[in-house]
Parts: sequence; C-alpha cells; structure tokens
Amino acid sequence: MNQTIEFTLNGETRHYSVDVRQSLLELLRDELALTGTKEGCGVGECGACTVIVDGETVDSCIYLAVWADGKTLTTVEGLAAEDGSLSDVQTAYVQDGAVQCGFCIPGMVLSSTQFLEDNPTPTRPEIKRALSGNMCRCTGYQKIVDAVADVAEKRQENADIAPVNFTRHA
Amino acid sequence: MYDITGYHEADSLATIFKIIKADPKAKVIAGGTDVLVKARERKQDFIATQLIGITRIPEMQGITMAEDGTLSIGALSTFKQVEKDPLVQQYIPMLGEAVSLVGGPQTRHVGTIGGNICNGATSADSAPTLFTYNATLEIHSEAGVKNVPIADFYKGAGWVDLEPGEILVRIKIAKADYEGYLGHYTKFAQRQALDIANLSCATLIKMAPDQTIADLRICFGVAAPTPIRMPQAEAFAKGQAINDATLKTIGKYCLADTNTRNSWRASKEYRDHLVQIIPARNILAALKEVQ
Amino acid sequence: MAKNNVIGKTEQRWDAIAKVKGQAKFTADFPINHKLHAKILRSTIAHGYVTAYDITEAEQMPGVVKIFLPEDLPQNKFGTAGHPWSMVPAKRDIEDRTLLTRHVRVYGDDIACVVAKTELEAIRALEKIKVTYEKYPVYLTPKAAMADNARRVHEERDNVIADTSVGYGDVAKELKAADYVIKEHFHTPMQQHVHMENQVAVAWQSEDQRWTCISSTQIPYICRRIIGQAVGVPWSQIRVQKPFIGGGFGNKQEVIIEPLVVALSMACGGRPVEMNLTREESIAYTRTRHAIDYDLAVGVNKDGSITAIDCNVYSNQGGYASHGHAIGGKGGTFINALYKTESLRYAAKTIYTNVATAGAMRGYGIPQVMFALESIMDDAAEKIGMDPIDFRIQNRRPEGFLNTLSHVQQFNFKIDKCLQKGREAFHWDEKLQDSLKYKTGSKRRGVGVAGFSYGSGTYPFGLETAGARLTLMPDASFKLMLGATEIGQGADTAFSQMAADTIGVGYDKIIRDAMSDTDIDPFDTGSYASRQTYITGFAVQEAAEKMKQKILKRASEMYDIRPEYMDIVDGNIVYSHNDQKIADLADFAMSSFYDMAHGRAIVAESSVNIHNNSYASGCTLAQVEVDIETGQIELLSVMNVHDSGKIINPILAEGQVDGGMAMGIAYGLSEGVRYNEAGKPLNNNLMDYKIPTTMDLPDLDHAFVESEDPLGPYGNKSLGENPLCSPAAAIRNAVKNATGVAINSNPLASQHVFEQLKQAHVI
Repeated sequence: MNQTIEFTLNGETRHYSVDVRQSLLELLRDELALTGTKEGCGVGECGACTVIVDGETVDSCIYLAVWADGKTLTTVEGLAAEDGSLSDVQTAYVQDGAVQCGFCIPGMVLSSTQFLEDNPTPTRPEIKRALSGNMCRCTGYQKIVDAVADVAEKRQENADIAPVNFTRHA
Repeated sequence: MYDITGYHEADSLATIFKIIKADPKAKVIAGGTDVLVKARERKQDFIATQLIGITRIPEMQGITMAEDGTLSIGALSTFKQVEKDPLVQQYIPMLGEAVSLVGGPQTRHVGTIGGNICNGATSADSAPTLFTYNATLEIHSEAGVKNVPIADFYKGAGWVDLEPGEILVRIKIAKADYEGYLGHYTKFAQRQALDIANLSCATLIKMAPDQTIADLRICFGVAAPTPIRMPQAEAFAKGQAINDATLKTIGKYCLADTNTRNSWRASKEYRDHLVQIIPARNILAALKEVQ
Repeated sequence: MAKNNVIGKTEQRWDAIAKVKGQAKFTADFPINHKLHAKILRSTIAHGYVTAYDITEAEQMPGVVKIFLPEDLPQNKFGTAGHPWSMVPAKRDIEDRTLLTRHVRVYGDDIACVVAKTELEAIRALEKIKVTYEKYPVYLTPKAAMADNARRVHEERDNVIADTSVGYGDVAKELKAADYVIKEHFHTPMQQHVHMENQVAVAWQSEDQRWTCISSTQIPYICRRIIGQAVGVPWSQIRVQKPFIGGGFGNKQEVIIEPLVVALSMACGGRPVEMNLTREESIAYTRTRHAIDYDLAVGVNKDGSITAIDCNVYSNQGGYASHGHAIGGKGGTFINALYKTESLRYAAKTIYTNVATAGAMRGYGIPQVMFALESIMDDAAEKIGMDPIDFRIQNRRPEGFLNTLSHVQQFNFKIDKCLQKGREAFHWDEKLQDSLKYKTGSKRRGVGVAGFSYGSGTYPFGLETAGARLTLMPDASFKLMLGATEIGQGADTAFSQMAADTIGVGYDKIIRDAMSDTDIDPFDTGSYASRQTYITGFAVQEAAEKMKQKILKRASEMYDIRPEYMDIVDGNIVYSHNDQKIADLADFAMSSFYDMAHGRAIVAESSVNIHNNSYASGCTLAQVEVDIETGQIELLSVMNVHDSGKIINPILAEGQVDGGMAMGIAYGLSEGVRYNEAGKPLNNNLMDYKIPTTMDLPDLDHAFVESEDPLGPYGNKSLGENPLCSPAAAIRNAVKNATGVAINSNPLASQHVFEQLKQAHVI
C-alpha cells in the first residue's frame, strides 16, 4: 500500500515511498528519524506534532503522509542554521525561560516562527491566538508569549536601524 | 497507522464518481480534521475503508462573486481562507467571524468549510451562519448538479442529504441574503480556543429606515439535532423597534422554537436559559459593530 | 548559603537549546530495533469480575505475538505510589494490585494485554477479545462506598482504607464559646495532570541478561524497586533509565505501566516491548488528583480571633490505594501552619470507590484543603466585617511556631509579608474600590485572596535521602551526577548552580546528563514533594564541598601551601586572604589526571539523610468579572506571592510559578474528570477535558518575598508545587465578592455558576 511522493523537507528534496496509511507524523518519526516532532494526543488537539507545510502550520498526526506530495515542509530540525546556530525565535525561547519540559516546544517554536512571518508586528492577543492550537502544561504560556513578543520587537528594532534598502520597500 | 485499505488522490470530480461507483463505501476526505479523528477513534464507517482525497480538485476551490452578486464559496476553502477572504470580509463578515472560532490555527489551516457542513454536526461553527444567509449547496454527482437549500440538507444528528457519489462542490449565497444585513455569531463554549460549542447562535439583522427591524434571522447550533432557524422569533421581530421588551420577547420565542437537550456537556435548563439571552446580545453586538 | 554569586542569578537552563532544536530525546524517541507493541484491554465496566475470556479470534489476528490474561503473568501484589520503601511493614503503601486483573475496580481496568508487531495490529486484536463480566454495584462517591451494605472494592479490607484524627483543644467547647460559628461543605474536583507526554515505557533484556526499562518517570529508583516487586526478581536485575520527560506533575510519581512492560518483555523472550498510552488512557486510566469533600466549621469572635477549626475530610481514593491516605490525611498540618486557633480537629477518611485511582498530583492534597480552608476563612472575615487580608495577617502563626501536628518548627514563615506585598503589588485596594462600580448590571466585578502553606519535602513523615557525585574533568569542568530527576522544572540547572557556587567556578563548568540511570547515578528517591532543590540541594552542597576540599588538599601537595590558606574563586586556586592566584584550576585539573607524581583523578560523593523541613507559604490575589446572565467568569488579573526562601534561579522560579498558577486557575475554573452513573469517564480527551489554551489565561503576575531560610541548603525552600495551592480559593472568593454568592464546589464552570446564581436568586 505504498505510494511514491516527492517533497521538500527542511530544504532538501526527498523522494519517498510511503505507506498510504501513515500519518505525516509517523513518516517523520518512524521512517525519517526526525523525532523532534512529538505526539501528544493523536487527534489534532494539542499541537505537539505541529509542522509547517507550504507556509501553514498543520497537526501532522491528522495529516496523511501522502499529502506531503509536492509540498514544502519544515520541522523543528529545520529551523537552526546549517552551522547549528539558533534562529531568533529559538534564541528567544531559550533566553526568556520559555522552555520547561520541552515536549510542546518544537510545535510551539514552529507555530511562532510561521506566525511571525505572517504577522511581523503582532499584538499580545494576536500572539495568543496564533499559539492557541499548541497546548503547554508547564509554563502557563506566559514566557512563551513573552518570547514571541520579544522576537517581533527585536526584528522591528533591527529593521528600524537598518540602512534604507530599496529592495525591501519594493 | 490509520486502519484504511487504500488511498486515492482524486484529480477531478469524475475520478471521485468512478471510484465510488466501484466502492460505494469509500470515504471522501478533505482536510481530514474530522475523518482522520474518527478513524483514530475507530468509528465504524471510518476504518477498514478506502479514502478518496479531494483537496486538489479545481472546481471546489476559491471564493468568487458572480455578476448578480451571488457569492460562491468552494467547498474546499479552508477555514483560514474563508476568514481572510476579502469578499467574505466585505459582504458576509459573520461567516469569517464564525469560522475564525473553529478549533485552533492548525485545524483552520486544513479543515474545510465543505467538510464542516457535510459532517452534519449541529455544533459546526460555519453552519448557523450559513443557515441565516440562506446558503444553497451545489451538489454534483454523476447524474448532474442539484442545488439544495442548507436547511433541507441537514436531516438529523450527523446525517445530511448526501448519497454516496454526491459531492458538495460549492456553497452559494445570493445578494439579497446578505445585502444590508448586519450579523453577529456567538460560540458558547468553555474555552476561547480548541473547543466545540455547547450552544452557538448566528444572528443576522436588517434595519428599516425608521429604525425598526426589517428582517431578522436567527439560527442556533446545538439547540436541536441540526442547526435550527427561529421562525416564530423572526416573524415577531419584523417591524419591531429595538428595545428591552422586543429583545426579551425574541428570546421567549427562541425558547419555543428550539429543542435543546440534556447532555453531560450542558444541561437543558442551562441551554434553554442561554437560548433566551444570546440572540438579544447578538443583535446589540451586530448593530454596535457598524457604529 | 550562596557564596560565589552563582546562586540567585538567572542562568540559562542547560537543556533549553536541545529542546528548541528538537534534539532532546524523550522515551519514545530512541531507535530500538525489532520493537514489539503492547496494548491493554480495558474493562468496559467499573466494578465486577471477568468470568470468561474468549481469545480464539484475537489470537488469529495478523501481527499478534501473544495475548496475556491475568493468570499468564506474575501474580505478585504491589503498590504503585512513588514513596521510598519502608522498613516498617505497617508504614508501607497498601499493595492491592497485580499486573493484570480479573477483578475490575475501575472503568478501564487492565484485564488483558496484547503484544503485536505493530500498534495497529495490537489494537485490532484487542477488539476481537470477548469478555464476560459479572457486574457489581458501582460506587462513585465516598458516601456510596461507605454505606452499610456496600460491597468491598477489595475483599481484603474495608472500603474506608484509613481513618485518622489529629488536633488539640476542645473543639466542641470552643465552637460554643465563639461569637459566630460558620459551617460549610466543600467539594473539590478530580483534576488530571495532563502532562503533554503520555505515559510511555520500553523494556528489553539487556546484554548482561538483566532487564532495562526506559521510562518517562519522575522516580527511577522507586520504579526499579516496584518493577522488581511486581515481576518477582531481585531489584538489582532491573535497570531504569529516564531520559527527558514531557511533564509529570505527580502522575509519573506512580509506577503505572513499567512493571507490565518488563513482564511482557520477559514473557516475549526478552524482545523489546513498548507501551505508549493514548491521551484517552492517560486521562482516564492512570491517576488523578483526589476529589475530596470537607465539612468544615470555624468559630470566630468579633475581634477576629479564631476559637476552633473543625474539619471532617472524605477523600475519594478510587479503585486502588496508590498514595492513599497520605494525601487526605495531610491537610491538618498545613491548616495548623497558617492559623492561630484555640482548638483544632482534623478527622480524615480515605475511601475506595470505583472511579479512577487517585494519586499524587502537584500540591498533594493541599490545593484541596486550601480551597476549603481559604474559602471558609474568607467567609469568617466577612461575617465579622473584617478585611480578608487583615484577618489572615491577624491570625497568622508567629515566627518560630512549633507545629505540633508535624513537629516542624516554622522558622522564617512569611505569610504576612506575602499578603502585605500582594496587597500593594496587586493594587488590591484600588481594585476592590473599582469593583464597587460593577455591582449592578450583567457584568459584576470582585476581588479575592487566599493563602497557603507547603512543606519542603516529606520529613518527618517520609525518608528524605539524596546523593550526588562530582567528577573533576581535565579542563576543570565538573560532571554532576544525581539520582534526582529533571522533569522540566529546571532542577538540573538549579543543582548545577549550587555545585558551581560551592566549588567556586562558573555555572558553565558544570556538566549534566540527559539520562538518569539507576545503574550509574547515586541513590535519590526522585522528583516529588517539592523536595529536590531542598533535599538534593544538601547532597549537592556536600559533594561540592568535598570536591573543593579534595582539590585544595591535592593543591597543597602540589604547590606546597597549607590547604586552609587556599580557596577556589572564579575557576582559580587563590590565596584566601587576598585572592592572589596560585594556579589556574584547568592546569590543576590536567595535573590531577596526568601528573607523574600527583595524577589521581578526583571524584567526590555524598549521600545525605535530612531531618528537617522548612515550611513555605504564599498567597493568590484575583480579580474577576462575572457575567451573571451566563455564569461565565473572566479572570481579569491574578497574582501569586511566594515565600520560598532564597530563589536559586529567578527565571526558572518564575516559570514554576506561571505554570502552577495556570494549573491552579484551571482547577478553580474549568478542570475535572467526569463520569456517567455507570462509572464510565465522559471527558477523557483534550477537547472535553478543559486545560487552558493561550487564550484562556490572563497575564500571570508574581512576586517573591525573598529571604535566606535558616535551614535550607542554600537558604531555599519549596516552590514547585506551591503556586497551585491558592488560586482556586482566591477565584472563588473573588466571585463571592462580585456576586454575593459563595460557591463551595469547583470548578466554577459557567453552567455551575449559573446554577448557583440562580439558586441564590441573583439570576
């Protein structure tokens, strides 16, 4: 019951013969050994299995692996730079104390990353809404929301002090 | 692993019809946020079956407006697409508001408005709103195309008028059903996100120049086995000025029109109480939003 | 005490980078070849007996390796509570379960098990097993299970598994003497931990023919013991490894699936067997917070003094004893810790029923008793027209109070300072004043306060032992090995700060392990009772001091300077009188390995047994808006203030407070496992069990009343569980302040509030 699909995963093109019964989460964890993506409920409630597909977050536990065909995927393993240095979102999570047990964190970080792409100047309620599909039981979300707000603020500051760049305004 | 026996990615409506003809039990799947959850829960019709993926079918995509002002929403529009769509925001904002309250972001990114309707749940967030907009469902089958008013589509709890081989392709709303109306949707749930409604209510109102109610449409979810309009309340409201007495009477008629039940999620007594309060709040909120 | 400025500083937790990169390995993340998958067949009744199984069809299902009935596995009785073993038989936890059972005591009881090649194959086989039951009456409440004709849930003992009474003075007389007597009944819900990672364990026969179990546990050493007892092998034959764990909150202070997983591997020729509970199983069929009923009476005089506190407690244990009476029986001590009273009576019963087994959960009985106590105290203050904060301060225990119920002397107990600080920082008086503008109309506002007290570890009731080992590395880093467990709270980071501070090096010089291992790490009973930074802190301190002394002794040989003249500061060996550098610690470290004359690697170990306890305290202040037409409550603002001694790492401490507050708020507003009349759980999924999302919580404010605790190893005392002890009562009191209606059962979900408001004719 296999179908061959082609997709881009963390910047790399992949051809893979997948069992059509498999969820994307199972493909990532069991076949590709990308265990950063977690399972917390299996029914799309908790968001621990969040990955980014074509610029939108999805719960990979209720997303068939075959649906990845032709799509571009980012998992938590694809966020850091090639030299291993952290993205600004990851850095903020670390520095702001947003990480406790860490089980929700891959999904949280991905939701945060995509959200800040879509909305670079969010309000606090907008951040909360954007992360409302990712459950966390350790943090009360306080420092997670702080971290996302910090990234937005820092990006703004950097944008403000950067020299005028015509291509950016084009 | 899902307990399914095969998967087909349909590239056209014709392909769907062909597969279902050969295997009438094959299940159509769009975003999967209902179907795969039911499969995981091992619900009878959702395991040991083939799935037909339909998300790449062109006719079912996009939100457009016809020359006569009829809005046409592709059944595969995700909740997020509906929420962010400029036509929705301009002409039927209450629908955007309603679907923005579905589950969480991840669900809204893949869950579709067509799936929400075909699922047949009385708690579906898009349904009460579509009832008040008098939406028509364009359903295709090998035999042709039929247009079904949404109120006729819902037959009972989890039961809709959709035979194997029939596919909901588009949802249409005529200009007369949105022009001049203001609306507000209330999802009554325990949480602000990741929840289903214990009671929901869409309210659409059109005011006459003399500040009386020209038309009022109210639809409740979870107040009956299907979403349900409030004929007595709506009939009463026509020509009334908006004041406490009117709002109270609308609530009373809503109680008469609904058929709530006791469940462990909410009692009948409580639902009946809310039924009398929420429409009035919606009316005031709808009128306030325009100011 | 802190010396080198590492304690008390925000240091970045050592494991955070691995966690944001997805590198951190949790139990299910280890690649294990040829793994088999186990699934439990769960009873579909809550009380009864399985008279017959039919597995003929199930055995034929594809992928099935073996199907196990209760008789197919060891029959040893064991308990699951994560307590240290007791040498005194009478003090041991009740041993009332076997690996699988025909005798069903809870819905979802473990009545059989399938091992298959894949999880799906195991599930499909489970569905083919046919079971015949003999049904018994189902008891959902203590009252039902205590009725005269009630059947015993366990034949061996009465349904009331414990019945104790503690206190002093003549409660009846003092109640009579009071100006007012307030009598109320309180009921608390069955909260569930909902750690984001469900229970998961994998076990196999290792190369040395022993048994290795990787598990998401808070208590590796206790887990080793209980596996050994349950499967009937010497404890040395079991090795438990704990990698990163996705939250525990007490539910993983229970040994729930590990013994079964090891037994299944044994029965499958030593092949690796994994069991991964679903969310539905984890919520309904593991452990919960005890639902407890309280009948409380308080005698209060017009001058604000308290004459008597009389408390009858009925703790709903569920189907198995687990932590049992340790939870319901504990409250008296902490009532006594907070309030001056002429007399106190705390009578507690713990009762078997047929709901899910209750066990340890963050707060361990105190969130329950504080909900009742802090509600009735608020009502008492109201009765005599006194400000609720002033009332609590007036009645606080004095400094140095000897709590006769626990024999713990309460030094440095600062509940009054917390209340005062909270009053100012929360702008209590302004918010109270502001709420007066919202006493008519559909939206009513009010403020509420509640206090609590909490111990640091279990002494004198439980054994408190911990160990630590430090190894000097060639570059003057130190490997710190502990049996204490990091479960997300940041314990490892705090311990590293302690070791660094005491040795005299930077925090970055301490290296920790991602994996705890009972074959390798020093003995420690694990993570519970807010004990680790306190109890294990002593072990870290002792090992670090020994390490330092060993270094200085060796340095004395090498540099020919008397050891008492030297110290270690900022990673250098220096003269202690003027900080003049004698040697770079890194050069010394290299010599300690490779110097021809002096090279002998340096290791320091400790094992401590701690006979003291420092009671912490704190309070919550809450401001709510109640929609009196719908019963919906909006928490507008909330603040916790904590007296936890010295704060080791501020950012981690804040994180503990945030998370505990969120759990405590939801305990007050939305959470609780619910059952139908037959004892079937109704809401065991994340849609229906309402833990808060980002959108359901206001910003969480906090403050600390910081001080050096005279007994704590670094001036610190407990903090981990404390934050969730008082929010629920503060919210209840705020709702009362807003509406005039006192609601004495949680959670204050909108329908419940509606019903109470209606009963009080507010609606």
